[in-house]
Amino acid sequence: MSTDITHAIDGQADPDQVHDGHDESDHKPKGFLNRWLFTTNHKDIGTLYLILSLVAFMVGGAMAMIIRAELFMPGLQLVEPDFFNQMVTMHALVMVFGAIMPAWVGFANWLVPMMVGAPDMALPRMNNWSFWILPFAFTLLLSTLFMDSGGPASGWTLYPPLVLQTGSSLVFVVFSVHMLGISSIMGAINIITTILNMRAPGMTLLRMPMFVWTWLITAFLLIAVMPVLAGAVTMLLTDHFFGTNFFNAAGGGDPVMFQHIFWFFGHPEVYIMILPAFGVISEILPTFSRKPLFGYTSMVYATATIGFLSFIVWAHHMFTVGMPLQGELFFMYATMLISVPTGVKVFNWVSTMWQGSMTFETPMLFAIAFVVLFTIGGFSGLMLAITAADFQYHDTYFVVAHFHYVLVPGAVFALMAATYYWLPKFTGNMYSEKWGKIHFWLSAIFVNVLFFPQHYLGLAGMPRRIPDYSPQFADFNMISSLGGFAFGATQLIFVGVVWHCVYRSKVRATARVWEGARGLEWTLPSPPPYHSFTTPPEVTHNMLSYAK
Amino acid sequence: MKKENTVIVALAVLAAVVAAAWLLLVAPAMTGNEINMPRGVTSQSAIHYDLHMIVLWVTVVIGIGVFTVMFTSIVLHRKSRGYVAAKFSHSTRAEIIWTAIPVLILIAMAVPATTALVKMEDASGTEMTVKITGFQWRWKYEYLDQGISFISTLDAASNAARQLGSDIEPESVPNYLLEVDHPLVLPVGKKIKFLITADDVIHSWWVPELGWKRDAIPGFINEAWTNIDEPGTYRGQCAELCGKDHGFMPIVIIALPEAEFEAWAEAQLADSQNQQQDVERLWTREELMQQGKSVYASACATCHQPDGQGLTPAFPALAGSKIATGPLDAHIDIVMNGRAGTAMSGWREKLSAADIATALTYTRNAFGNDTGDVVQPITIAEIMRQNAAGGTTP
Repeated sequence: MSTDITHAIDGQADPDQVHDGHDESDHKPKGFLNRWLFTTNHKDIGTLYLILSLVAFMVGGAMAMIIRAELFMPGLQLVEPDFFNQMVTMHALVMVFGAIMPAWVGFANWLVPMMVGAPDMALPRMNNWSFWILPFAFTLLLSTLFMDSGGPASGWTLYPPLVLQTGSSLVFVVFSVHMLGISSIMGAINIITTILNMRAPGMTLLRMPMFVWTWLITAFLLIAVMPVLAGAVTMLLTDHFFGTNFFNAAGGGDPVMFQHIFWFFGHPEVYIMILPAFGVISEILPTFSRKPLFGYTSMVYATATIGFLSFIVWAHHMFTVGMPLQGELFFMYATMLISVPTGVKVFNWVSTMWQGSMTFETPMLFAIAFVVLFTIGGFSGLMLAITAADFQYHDTYFVVAHFHYVLVPGAVFALMAATYYWLPKFTGNMYSEKWGKIHFWLSAIFVNVLFFPQHYLGLAGMPRRIPDYSPQFADFNMISSLGGFAFGATQLIFVGVVWHCVYRSKVRATARVWEGARGLEWTLPSPPPYHSFTTPPEVTHNMLSYAK
Repeated sequence: MKKENTVIVALAVLAAVVAAAWLLLVAPAMTGNEINMPRGVTSQSAIHYDLHMIVLWVTVVIGIGVFTVMFTSIVLHRKSRGYVAAKFSHSTRAEIIWTAIPVLILIAMAVPATTALVKMEDASGTEMTVKITGFQWRWKYEYLDQGISFISTLDAASNAARQLGSDIEPESVPNYLLEVDHPLVLPVGKKIKFLITADDVIHSWWVPELGWKRDAIPGFINEAWTNIDEPGTYRGQCAELCGKDHGFMPIVIIALPEAEFEAWAEAQLADSQNQQQDVERLWTREELMQQGKSVYASACATCHQPDGQGLTPAFPALAGSKIATGPLDAHIDIVMNGRAGTAMSGWREKLSAADIATALTYTRNAFGNDTGDVVQPITIAEIMRQNAAGGTTP
């Protein structure tokens, strides 16, 4: 079937005749429910994903504020320890599955068809379903906080036997994880199908924009690991409610087996959140450097290598469980290796900027901050890979600082860069550059005030996931909390800038938006027509920054 | 760029530089708080510290190199300075160089990292063994060679101060959250093997000054070792999330010179023989209630609360409960063996017969549970003996 589509499009390829007589009508469905609930349009679904993710970002952020408020000073002032643990657990689940992953799917929905020259996603009805599962999954997950037995309080890693002490709300958690997994898998299938089958003539694989490449690899990771997570939580379900003993040592089970299964999912999951960010940065840096991406081919291979390595490093999350020496050595060496392709990426980004003709609009600022701060997170990752030193770092605030550096000024900054970069294309309006810059600088400063002292706390001996601590950790916790409140408040500016751009901005965006922008999406008007490319464009050398 | 934006950016760059300098240089000095890993008091901790510092400096040097190039570019290669973009888009030679050099750096780092790990995993030649069992939310220590065993719990002063709304300043409590009732006493200069396991959920035993942590996992016995060089008091905490009081199960080690350690061990043994004799006699109701109150406070009150009202939803009230006012046998059974699928674990292995008997007596007569029941230590000791016998010959 897919070849039919490509063939049919090939047959009518004529770049001069991009739109036929229906140019004036966008075919937008009439009525709110028809437009949004029953939509099969990649842009509307992308918008829905992005709105959901912004809401989840605020909900998860509010939980983080509760955590940082309780940790503001020693002693318990605000919440009971059990509720604190629920906040720690839910903050992570909401941010990972609600904020970051759906945001990337949202951008993929908007951008992949426009970037490869397709009218829409390959499987539009499945696209609708994969989005509309999510609000229900999150309602289930969040509803556990209001249940008698309380929400899950075992950390997002859901380690047994602790997680099996969760009351009946565990069943809701497991079912919502199943639904999130189904949604992700369907989204991934859709993206792979679109990329492999719906590219315009001339859009060869090694001409694809980096964002498309990184998402293609991400989608394969998703399909590989989401069923593994579903299997792991299903075993938790049967252990809790049906008397099985997968993870119960007293019944012949193995609690460590869960950790192996979980992290076989969990490590690729880390790259699921960061690979699309690599793609975005590789789009933005060339645009504002007015220079092609340095080493496009090696960027593609580095991404694929990172994707492959992500499957063979999982046990570095569990160096302290008591593995054999050989196992510890293998996972240490494999983990250290990841820094090679990651280093290639960073060096290539710097080389892209080198001798460019740079300007520093908000997307560029976020992209530069990403390169610097993600690299700092990568350095602490390399330190954590050293098994013997990890016996000290493991489960401390050093780890908390590490993964927040790669996820907040990493993945989240890339998402913000992407928002500022493409929002004018999506809406046809320019955002406020002044408020964008204010948002950037406040974010960039406070994210470091928030997370940098956590390195100190962890090295000095503060374990993670504790609601109260010895006064020797008081000063840096207070600094971190103050940074946290300021960073949280700053994100309200972001919401304001987006709202203003969509509804209030009087400045119209041109089709190309940015002087140095290359790629098919910039050949469409801003905002683009409802069905992106009704006839496929002929992809030529100078349309893409990477064209050979 | 608009003038307005130039001002924003100039101010922001200034603020960022000030903030970075402050975070990296001023704040650590000003607070006087420790910001680095301790070098510790064992050969392992020194090796792990050195490894940490080597990798830290390698990353700092690489970071300075990369960011210098980047910020040089940001300053020089700007459109506003009229810089015209170069056209190059790849260089095979450069890419080979910056793939190969990191590989060499990694190999250089892997050598000491491997040596350290091999040393850490070599537990041969140990001279004494301590078994560590973690459970919610205490540590049990058994000296397998000396025959000493006890449970170590957060001290009463910290426990009172850490309650929500206690109004006790944490700073006023000495070693807040890092003090226990029974510290682990160890000799210096001896290679000590630890056998680490858990009874309910996964915990992790960590004293930073020893240089490592190791998970305590139900059904597994993990091995680790130490050899403490200097006498002193070393404090640590559980490092693996283990439920609501994960933050409140500290570890305290008192390292003594060998002779002092031997004296301590003898005193402990004499003490436990006295306790043994105490179990054999009949206790008065007042004695039972008095000791029961303190056992309840240290072992039961965390979940069931000092007033016996419990903590909904996970921890049921004992005041007026069916178990605490119902048939005695069922009550003894649940205290001894726990209840599967809940946080209530069996206390048979963790408390003495006298402790269990007094705690039972107390809960059946306090909080308005006026059952009038009295449980003698000898009764519990008898049940323990039967269970032990039944356990060996099924």
